[in-house]
Formats: sequence, C-alpha cells, structure tokens
Amino acid sequence: MAIYRSHVLVCGGTGCASSNSAKIKERFEEKIKEMDLHKEVQVISTGCFGLCEEGPIVVVYPEGAFYNKMTLEKVDKIVDEHIYKGRIVKDYIYEESLDEDLIKSLSEVGFYKKQKRVALRNCGIINPEDIKEYIAKDGYMALGKALTQMTSEEVIDTVKESGLRGRGGGGFPTGVKWGFAAPNKSDQKYIICNADEGDPGAFMDRSILEGDPHAVLEAMAIGGYAIGATKGYVYVRAEYPIAVKRLEIAIEQAKKEGLLGKDIFGSGFDFDVEVRLGAGAFVCGEETALIASIEGKRGMSRNKPPFPAQAGLWGKPTIINNVETLSNVPQIINNGSKWFREFGTEKSPGTKVFALGGKINNTGLVEIPMGTPLKEVIYDIGGGCPDGKEFKAVQTGGPSGGCITKEDIDTPIDFDSLVELGSMMGSGGMIVMDEDNCMVDVARFFLDFTVDESCGKCSPCREGTKRMLEILNRIVEGKGTLEDLDNLEILGENIKNTSLCGLGQTAPNPVLSTLKYFREEYEAHVLHKKCPAGVCQALLNYKITENCRGCTRCVKVCPVNAIEGKVKEIHEIDQAVCIKCGACMEACPFDAIIRK
Amino acid sequence: MKSLEELKKLRDESKKNMEMRDTDKKTRIVVGMATCGISAGARPVLQALVEEVDKKNLSDVQIVQTGCIGICRYEPIVEVYRPGEEKTTYIFVDSRKARIIIDEHIIKGEVVSEYTIGSEEKR
Repeated sequence: MAIYRSHVLVCGGTGCASSNSAKIKERFEEKIKEMDLHKEVQVISTGCFGLCEEGPIVVVYPEGAFYNKMTLEKVDKIVDEHIYKGRIVKDYIYEESLDEDLIKSLSEVGFYKKQKRVALRNCGIINPEDIKEYIAKDGYMALGKALTQMTSEEVIDTVKESGLRGRGGGGFPTGVKWGFAAPNKSDQKYIICNADEGDPGAFMDRSILEGDPHAVLEAMAIGGYAIGATKGYVYVRAEYPIAVKRLEIAIEQAKKEGLLGKDIFGSGFDFDVEVRLGAGAFVCGEETALIASIEGKRGMSRNKPPFPAQAGLWGKPTIINNVETLSNVPQIINNGSKWFREFGTEKSPGTKVFALGGKINNTGLVEIPMGTPLKEVIYDIGGGCPDGKEFKAVQTGGPSGGCITKEDIDTPIDFDSLVELGSMMGSGGMIVMDEDNCMVDVARFFLDFTVDESCGKCSPCREGTKRMLEILNRIVEGKGTLEDLDNLEILGENIKNTSLCGLGQTAPNPVLSTLKYFREEYEAHVLHKKCPAGVCQALLNYKITENCRGCTRCVKVCPVNAIEGKVKEIHEIDQAVCIKCGACMEACPFDAIIRK
Repeated sequence: MKSLEELKKLRDESKKNMEMRDTDKKTRIVVGMATCGISAGARPVLQALVEEVDKKNLSDVQIVQTGCIGICRYEPIVEVYRPGEEKTTYIFVDSRKARIIIDEHIIKGEVVSEYTIGSEEKR
C-alpha cells in the first residue's frame, strides 16, 4: 500500500456536492498531479462534516486544516502554499477554527464542541467508498463478535439493556422490537432498513448512508443474526442518488470480503442485503406502507396488528429499523450497553442526530447527547438566528411534530420531554423560526405537505386534513372567523384519534401546537385581519413613508400602475389596485416603502 | 472473511493509512518547506520521515510541514516536539539523517546532538 504524507478530504455529501464539491475534488487531483505530488498526497471524497452552511468543505491532514466555502479558484493556492510549501492558507480557513494563527482541533470549535458523535462518528473522517477505511475504524468487528462469541439472545439482551430507542420518530425500544420477531418460527424472516427519510428539511439518514454506509449494513447483519433473518432490504428513496450509489458500492465490497453472503466468519450464518428504491412518497416511511411498497404494491398503510414482527414482508416476520438506529448498533455490541448509557438520559440513552435548518446561522447536521437543553443546540451549536433577529420557535418532528417556543427553550431534548410539550422527536428535523415567520403560515405549509402525501386510504386523514387546510387558507386570506379556530381544534383531535396510521395520527400536530402557543397570532389574522410577522400576502398593505424622495422608481416597476406621485414629491399607493407583489419595496433605494 | 483474526489483521493493516487523520498525537515532527527548504532538499527528507514512521509503526507521531523557519542557511530544517522535552532543531537534514533521527530520537529518546543547531553554533 502506498504511503501518503497528506490526505485531502473533500466533502462528497449531497449538500456540498450540490455546491460543486466534485469539481473541487477533480481540480485538487489535477493540480496535485501537475505538481507531481500525487504519490505523496491522497485526495479522498468523504461524507458529511455536518457544517453544511460553510460548505463545500475540505479538510487537509495531517494538520486537520478546515477550509470552508471552497471554490475552484481557491484550490490552486491551497496546493501551492499549504500542500507544497506547508504554509496553511489562513485566509481560507474556517475562522472559528483559528486561534491566533494556530489551528484548533475540530473538537474545540464551537459548532463541534458540545456534540458527541456516535452515529456520525465516521462521517467526514473515512472514505465511504473504501471498506478498508471502515474496517480500520473497527468496522465489522461487532458483527464478528456477535457471530463468533455471542448467542442471538445475548445480542438482543445487549441491545435491550442499552436502552436504544428507534430514531425514526416513534422511539420504540429496538431490543424489545427484535425480541418480538426472534421467537416467531418461519422459514424466512426479513430485516429492513428504513431509509425513506421524508420530513421536509431532514437529512440525517441520508448523511449517514453517504458517509458511513457499512455501519448500516453491519448493523443489519447483526440484527439479522439476532432475529434469525438471512435477508435484508434497504428501502431508500430514489431522490438520494449519492446514498444509493455508496450503498451499492458498500454491499459489493462487503460481499467481496465475505462480510455479507454465505457462512460469514465461518459461523454458518448467511446474510444478504438488497437495495429497494422508493419513489419518495412520505407515507412509505410508515412500516406497513413501506412493506407494501417493497412487495410492489401501492404504498398504503394497513391496520396493525398483525405487527410486521409477526407478519410483515410477504407475510413473514419482519423487523424494520431506521438508518440512525442501526448505525448505533455496532458500537453498542463493541463497547457494551453500559458504554451507550454513558450518554443521554435514563429513559433516552445515547445521542441523537438533528438536521438544523431554517433561520439559524450554522445550518447543518449535529449529534448531541439526549437531554441537551434546546438552548445549547440553538445558540451554542447553531449560533443563533442570523442578522440578530429574535428567536421565536423551533419546529421539531417535521410535519408530524409541533413547535417549541422560547419559554421552553431550557427543555432537555429527549423523546418524552418533547411529547410533553405537544411536539415529538420525529426523525430529527429542527426548523428554527424567528420573528419574521408567521406561525399560521408555517402550520399551513406542513399541512399542505401532509394533504399532498396522505395515501387516501382512511377518511379522517384524506378528508379531515383537506378540510383543515381549507380553513387555514381562509385564515391567511383574511376570511377566517373565531369559530374556525375552534373547528380546527375539534377536527384536529378527531383526526388524531381516528386515523389509520401515524401519518394521519400526527398530521394535525403542527396546527394544534401553533394554536396552543401562538393563538394570538391566529386571532390577529381572524379578528384584525393582520399578519403580525408580515408574511401572509393578503393581509399586508404596502405604504410609502415620508422617507420617499419622489425618485419615481417604484412607479416604473409597479406592474399594475397602483403608484402615483410627482417627481420629488411623496408618492402614494392606491390600495384598491395594489396586488401586493412587493416589487416597489425591492426597488426603492431609500427604504421608504414598508409592509404592514 | 472466515475468522475474527483475519478481520483484525486487515484492520491493523488498514489503520496505518488512516492514522494521519488523528490530530491528537504526542510527538510532532515539523519540516521546513518554504522555497528555501525545498531548494535545499526538504522534499526527500519529508518523504523519508513519512516512510520511516510508517515502517516502524510509530502511530503516535505526526509529521507536518511548515513555512520558512527564518534560518534559511541551515535548511533543510526538521524540528521535533515531544511532550516534556524542549524543542529540538535539526539542521542540514538529508534522508539518511532523517532515518537516524527517527531511530535515535523518536524511538530511543536520545537527541542526535551532532545534527542539532546547537552543535553547529558551537563550532
């Protein structure tokens, strides 16, 4: 094997890939070859570093220099100066990681300091397309240990004792789930990895598959051994092409090394994994709908019981685990259940990955011990809201969750505390909202999503959510009444209680939770026909203030000729004609036009 | 994969190439690689150090480059930082000397005085 004196790690996750990281990697390779350094320096495409806001990201070892917001133009200088001459290009280094000209270890940087990476431990560190790098990080040791030194009962007990709970949303104890399927006698059992990550703004599972696909495969094999399944499926959405490609490479490499296939570790245990692509329907993240989809049927959920552990895929006992849940398993087997319980809380041990998005400075992927106060995530890790705006609320759990307000910002994040607040962990999306977000509009956005994604099998979800959306649309158009608010609550509770599957049972949550915490915003829309945040178009009026210098620019851009006024005199908008497009406000060079 | 031992062997082999990405190492060897260093022959020195550290399985040693150290007439310069020791500056290093420095200083813990800047300045 060649020895390199330097490694250049270029982020190949979807976030950075969409901002040209593949070209950046290519340029590094070209330039390094031009300078005849290709035998000394290795360029590697890796998984997500988490700090997507600062992407594309490149890290150069051995120094661990963290270059952010990379461009093609910066590449040559980094090769010339840093890689060739050893002079770190400080102008391009992520500012937070410099301490008076010295490079801080990444674990010292604000964004990473409070994080604890278990599920993401290899993301951004290994080359996900090289099984040897995973093996170097103790990869497949847990599978080896389980197959050669543990009985399947011991594996289940270890996972039970660790207290690992499903990271996909429900929070059901993984070991208990495995224990349901293990005793069921059947000629064939299945283990499925649910990688149908559907929440808007969530990308935890995608990043794990892209950055550490072998961890998921290893865990599936361990789970297969535990419950007696010899066949596994990864159900992943086709919208994740990088994840799919890396999974397929990983499966092929694992088969080649004999880590999947027949008689693994000479134990007599066979295990095989296949990838199944989903078309991106949100409901297919629900267990029974997912099974239907793999079977080639339309993705619709069905009544439980029978639970998949009794009769799942093709009627056989089946266990479905989420990507992030699985990626914890090998480390629990390697380090023991006590180790896992060192992080997190009594009832929610371990860590959780969150996708931070919305009005937050450090958009990206963070992994924190359960029980970390929300405040630390928003301010210490996330860096607060941009432009000094005031934090208003955070939406957790996506379209199934609810919002948490600044009054509850000290809440420790775990499965149970979020449910108490009327939200839920969900898969781990966290959308931050500031003073400029209208909570009615946010609720409407999520409901619009669930109405689109409802499979249509049961009436409460199919009809009920649609009616709720109609009411919300009325409210944002200024046609709502106080009665509408009560109806939203009654309807919402009914849908929650009567829907067939989790999609419908949780769909009203965003509405109910915003109604609970931000009722005054709803009332402002209904009673005063005003949108306090200035979002709902129909309730806004554009006005020209005394700052107007009469430059006439607004007159020229107004598409409906609603603005009148003489040169060098204050102009006026005819409210009856104005279509509230906002073009005048954008065009005004004196900030004289306001929206109220 | 037929046994855990086989996997462990593969792991240990693969580990070597990954060790560079661990930035918390105790011993640091710094090679001056500005124009002055490179023209005086620092590149083969750097390569020799990297190879030797790999060959001797020294997992706790980080080899980095740096810019001009400021005493260009002594290039190629190699500095060694070890916990509990003062910095040692070796001058006029070539690949042969580099290997000796690894053997004597890094492995056995004995500074190779005759290559240090101190011995030159006494002359």
